[in-house]
Amino acid sequence: MNWHEYVSKTGRLPEWPYEVNYGKENVIESDVLVVGGGVAGCRAAIEARKQGATVAVMDRGFSKHSGNGGAGVDHWHGAVTNPCSKVTPEMYSEAAMICSGGYTNGSARYIIGKEGWDTLLELEEWGMQIRDLDDEFKDTMFRDEETKLLFAYDVENKHCLRVYGHNVKPIVDAEMRRLGCDVYDRVCVTSLLTEGGKQGARVIGATGVNDRTGEFYIFKAKAVVVSTGITGRLWYFAPELINDATMYNLNQTAAGHTIAWNAGAEMVMMEQNSPRPLAGMGYAPYSTGNTDNTYQGVPAVDNEGKLIKYENSHGELIDEEHDIFAAADPDKFVIGHGINLSMVNGKEYSVTNMDRHIGEKIRKGEYKLPLYNDWTLLPPKHRRLVFGMMLSQEGKCRVPIYYNLTKWGFDPDQDMLQYPVDTPEGYAQGAAWVSSRSHNPPNWGGMGVGGILSDWRLQATIPGLFAAGGNTLFGSGCHGEAQTTGRYCGRQAAAFAKTHPAVEPDAEQIRKEKERCYAPVTREQQGDVGWKEMNYALARLMQDYCGFEVKTETTLEMGIRRLNDLRDTEGERTYASNPHELVRLLEVFSLIDLGKLIMESCRARKASSDLLGFKRLDYPEVDPPEWDCFVSMWQENGEVCSRKVSKRYYLEAPYADNLEENYRRYAELDSKEGK
Amino acid sequence: MDRIYSMPSQTGACRVLKFDAEKCVGCNTCVNTCPTDVMIPNPEAGKEPIVLYAEECWFCGCCVEECPFDALELITPAKQRLSTVWKRKATGEEFRVGMKNPPAPNTTPPSGRAK
Repeated sequence: MNWHEYVSKTGRLPEWPYEVNYGKENVIESDVLVVGGGVAGCRAAIEARKQGATVAVMDRGFSKHSGNGGAGVDHWHGAVTNPCSKVTPEMYSEAAMICSGGYTNGSARYIIGKEGWDTLLELEEWGMQIRDLDDEFKDTMFRDEETKLLFAYDVENKHCLRVYGHNVKPIVDAEMRRLGCDVYDRVCVTSLLTEGGKQGARVIGATGVNDRTGEFYIFKAKAVVVSTGITGRLWYFAPELINDATMYNLNQTAAGHTIAWNAGAEMVMMEQNSPRPLAGMGYAPYSTGNTDNTYQGVPAVDNEGKLIKYENSHGELIDEEHDIFAAADPDKFVIGHGINLSMVNGKEYSVTNMDRHIGEKIRKGEYKLPLYNDWTLLPPKHRRLVFGMMLSQEGKCRVPIYYNLTKWGFDPDQDMLQYPVDTPEGYAQGAAWVSSRSHNPPNWGGMGVGGILSDWRLQATIPGLFAAGGNTLFGSGCHGEAQTTGRYCGRQAAAFAKTHPAVEPDAEQIRKEKERCYAPVTREQQGDVGWKEMNYALARLMQDYCGFEVKTETTLEMGIRRLNDLRDTEGERTYASNPHELVRLLEVFSLIDLGKLIMESCRARKASSDLLGFKRLDYPEVDPPEWDCFVSMWQENGEVCSRKVSKRYYLEAPYADNLEENYRRYAELDSKEGK
Repeated sequence: MDRIYSMPSQTGACRVLKFDAEKCVGCNTCVNTCPTDVMIPNPEAGKEPIVLYAEECWFCGCCVEECPFDALELITPAKQRLSTVWKRKATGEEFRVGMKNPPAPNTTPPSGRAK
């Protein structure tokens, strides 16, 4: 029942069901601390534990299902060393750099290429299905007969695999707990602890608050892996309206970005933000007709049944189904969707899409609205592969879409799923369920966006801090990438912990953090601003002062002042009725700092960039050579600093000039092999 | 007539979860599964949980998957129910999630071995 029903029926208000002890200290010591127990964090914990480290994991939710990957996965990018693949880690890493114009993480993409398949094989050992074991898809172009692997996007080069991952999170969670990792659920991270309490010093732990009890957690560790998510709460906030349609849940506040920034780590690509669909102004993912990602290859028709063809990277319409899943001659291979490789520079790696001229053809009357996915046009096994296999495994799709649709009678063998009625040009993007980009305010670009600047160990610029996952680690990708970088970071953090003794945290740093965290529940005068009102105000400031079209030095600087003002004025009038609201409020304070980091990053890049989807009104020149680089941001004694960093820094001194040599030097291969 | 109380309006979707009172034993597995902690246990032991923060539900359905008694149904918001529409190719009939007089369920299970 819901709260209203309970109150109506009983005439009573339910008391808070958990014992509350605001500020009560819990001290946990371990070799390695993992902040964020999503798929990346669980993999980091498992790997560090296997290397002999004691491991504590702090998770905002409940690690059995928490995180972006917590509700499932249907395909795995970067498994380029699988026995069927014709793509090498070198090709994969280079392709990622070309597609993004260099604005991605070249070392991480290489590590993903080297270890993505191994990371997936371990999941298979733990019980996740990664092959067509029952031969359901035998004799289709998507399957290899010998290995029974199933391919997505590119049936010739075979580097991206379809997987049965609806239960991926319970599987990694069980393995993490089986190995004896110490998991702290419902604890929201609030800060990183640094040696001597100094910004820029070695990271030696973290603090958190429990959203049920209000208790305070002090984690002491020799090495810390941060593997938190992105956020959909920054530029706009309307959970009651958008939660069913967003891929980011409310817990996802990019807390890892903020704590790393506040600890003094360097951050890159934080200025990349443009109108993006994924924060939920559209429809539940895959709940309407579309041709994107999981639904790649499903035919679209108009209201009279007329087929709308797919188009290849050269703008040619495709007649054969095979060619939807292959690189067009002379292209190299198809990278695929959802890993934030913008394709601005990399047409030869493009995915086939719906006819890009669909908008004008609708306007001319060539096609009549509404559009549908006509599943019946697919061969039966292909139809089953997309609807019965992919959709039922993809994140946030098994219960809300597959079970929901079939329960209400949807049958792909005889039904056509309607598209939303949208502006004609909006259909060209494929993912119709996200609604037209024109309807969306700026947001982050999905998986693989800006984050912690990393070295070949995926260590931040401050010692003891490692970045894993599709978000915290800059430019790294989506689900498979999160698991792979997580596993790699676990190995690195364990190695670091072996050679770096524990350091006692600074008592003053902890005292100040506690005071900040509990202010909303200890004010002499009761506050009158709740967490939602704060979040709405934050979103308004981001829309006004960090919009897509309008960014200037003056307005960005004003935006930063307004954010400080929000924190220091309304922020000091905030209240929380219980620990749940307190933690939501702490998340908003964290998001305010994140907003400042983003505005500072936008200020520091004094040029516009098509490659980054970044516009400055006062610096309209697009991608001039002097700004063809990362702009790295960090704080020193509270002052904001920035510097330019080469996009190929991972192949420049002190590193070797080739990928394999660096990997061999830094990947801790001895421990990887269990030596 | 029942008492009339002073209550705030609900924001967004009013019912995100429907519990089957015959099946639910109040084990609170769903409460403890939910990543965003939208439910609290019912003060009366053995009774179905209370959805306290419906507007924080992410509609991931993990609570439904974890329920040991199959007592839970995820109810997508009305705006979403009206957006998931399909047409039967042979007859031109229109259907949607949540409609009156729906067609027979499609009982085809998902592909793959794990249930």
